[in-house]
Amino acid sequence: MPTLPTAVPLSWYLILSAILFVLGVAGFIFRRNIITVFMSIELMLNAVNLSFVTFSYEFKQVDGHIYSFFVMVVAAAEAAVGLAIILTVFKNRSTLMIDEINSMKY
Amino acid sequence: MTTVFFLIFAAIAVLCAINLVVQKHPIASALSLIGVMASLAVLYLQLGGEFIFAAQVIVYAGAIMVLFIFVIMLLNAGAETLTFQVSRFVKYLGLILLFAFLLLISFIVQAMLPKTEGVVFGAFQGGTALEVGRKLFTSYLLPFEVTSVLILIAIVGAIVLARKEV
Repeated sequence: MPTLPTAVPLSWYLILSAILFVLGVAGFIFRRNIITVFMSIELMLNAVNLSFVTFSYEFKQVDGHIYSFFVMVVAAAEAAVGLAIILTVFKNRSTLMIDEINSMKY
Repeated sequence: MTTVFFLIFAAIAVLCAINLVVQKHPIASALSLIGVMASLAVLYLQLGGEFIFAAQVIVYAGAIMVLFIFVIMLLNAGAETLTFQVSRFVKYLGLILLFAFLLLISFIVQAMLPKTEGVVFGAFQGGTALEVGRKLFTSYLLPFEVTSVLILIAIVGAIVLARKEV
């Protein structure tokens, strides 16, 4: 049995980030509930943040942390406005399924 | 030790993310997302990001997820019903292709990345609130101030969108 390395290779963090991002994309495409779609977007943002912090460690610079902090702030603003839009949509259409909210499609 | 911690929390993150995607009920997805964010916070701490660890726990796992769960409960969102039928063959083919894609990405990342010494806990001390704050208020002062305007617009927008019509 191969022994575990004492230092985690940098690529493991990036691969974890890629896996989380792909799962976020899958949720974005396959889920039908608008709130779950929104949460998949948050998952993708988190995956990108992990990449930023990993590269920040590798270059021993704090800039990556600051980018990831800005991503967090933008995600907070986006969640506030997006959930308000979801509330308005639900008030007008009484549904959360994105297949039924299609009046802008045609 | 660092590797064991990484593997434990990476496994928690991936399992919670899979659970987020496959669960039918939005409240279960929200709780899995909290699991993903908490384990990612531990990984940030491992990478030396003390400040970003605290911000992740407070802003993401705290504030944003409370907002999500509040809206889910307010709208009384039930389990979703699939409006389209997927054949079993397509489902399994999609899973196989997803795994192949992830393996390809892993291979490319492993091959392209130059060999470095790897991540050891405590090797990078620059992620404290002191360092982040110093950088934030010197090099990144303009983006920081623009962010405050963005937050103000988001607050006003959320109130305008969600208020009762008078």
